[in-house]
Amino acid sequence: MAVSLNASSVAIPTIALDIGLMALLVVVAFAIVRMRSLFAIVMLQGVYSLVCAAWFVSLDAVDVAFTEAAVGAGVSTVLMLAAMLLADRKSEPVPMKRQWGPLLIVLIAGAAMILAVGDMPNYGAANSPANSYVGMDYIARTAEDIDIPNVVTAVLASYRGYDTFGETVVIFSAGLGVLLLLGLNGNAGRWRAKPNGHRVFRPSAPAAAVSKTSDETKPNETKKRRGRPRKSKASTPDGGDK
Amino acid sequence: MHDPHVLLRVISKFLIPIIALFALYVQFHGDYGPGGGFQAGVILAASVILYALIFGLDAAKKAFPPSWVRIGMTIGVLLYGGTGVVTWLLGGEYLNYSVLAHEASHGQHYGILAVELGVLVTVTTVMIAIFYAFGSRQPETDERDW
Repeated sequence: MAVSLNASSVAIPTIALDIGLMALLVVVAFAIVRMRSLFAIVMLQGVYSLVCAAWFVSLDAVDVAFTEAAVGAGVSTVLMLAAMLLADRKSEPVPMKRQWGPLLIVLIAGAAMILAVGDMPNYGAANSPANSYVGMDYIARTAEDIDIPNVVTAVLASYRGYDTFGETVVIFSAGLGVLLLLGLNGNAGRWRAKPNGHRVFRPSAPAAAVSKTSDETKPNETKKRRGRPRKSKASTPDGGDK
Repeated sequence: MHDPHVLLRVISKFLIPIIALFALYVQFHGDYGPGGGFQAGVILAASVILYALIFGLDAAKKAFPPSWVRIGMTIGVLLYGGTGVVTWLLGGEYLNYSVLAHEASHGQHYGILAVELGVLVTVTTVMIAIFYAFGSRQPETDERDW
């Protein structure tokens, strides 16, 4: 209650804040598009998520802001960095003649979105779809049915328990897919990516050596690797394992 | 022993337990304030990932073994689905927590606690699994490579 009263009494600064944050998003987006260094791009994506999170807070969507800050700015930045290590550090400039097609698509999609803005309800409108049908019902009934103050949690875990179960299974299958494709130890040592992007496969690596857990082979392997010159490193460890 | 990252190490050693504790706060305070299983899971995973970034992947794998990751992913989903099965066996609909206790709202509390715990376990372990899977492909990176 106190929050919503506050928001209406300081409406103009809030709008200025919203516009400022959105302008910042546009600036960051253009910087990402124009940049060639992947490291800087990944970092700017984290900045983009953080600004997004700040904007969600100003829209009173605290739960979404929380998620965006933790997932978008935190974990996904690190995951992108880890993935970036396996690729080139810099992207090649795209020739001009290959940019017309994407530009056309972006312009059409953007025009469609701007056209759709006219049909959207005003921000905070009482008769908007979000404020009129089942959402109001949840807000009215949560205090009686579930008796917890945070309606978001009530909707997420109880009223919409099936959806959240589906989301959990989606996350589970995402993890399962990554584990099936890459393995928990990332097929450690089978191939290494070089900083400039040329992958070096070890032709002699047998499939069986890959599936061994790191705990069994690591101490042995690392000792050998350290002891030998760089060139023979690629082929000897599996010989030693057998 | 000259360590160029001594500040990072000391400060993250101080911060990592606080981050993990904050994740638990977000988890168990989700009924009263913003937060819940998803956010808490990501924050908890972030504390492990920060540990791996500062102290190396091998140290992180000792602190949070990959076998936990494999088991945790499944346990979380089973905990969520199992809560539904329990409500089924107690005579309610699937995931209708009201039958878990004598009073309907208490049952809802227990049910939400259980499914949020399932979400926490799955999200934490999946995030760490993806990080381990990507990070292990290139365990050591030279500082100049960035």
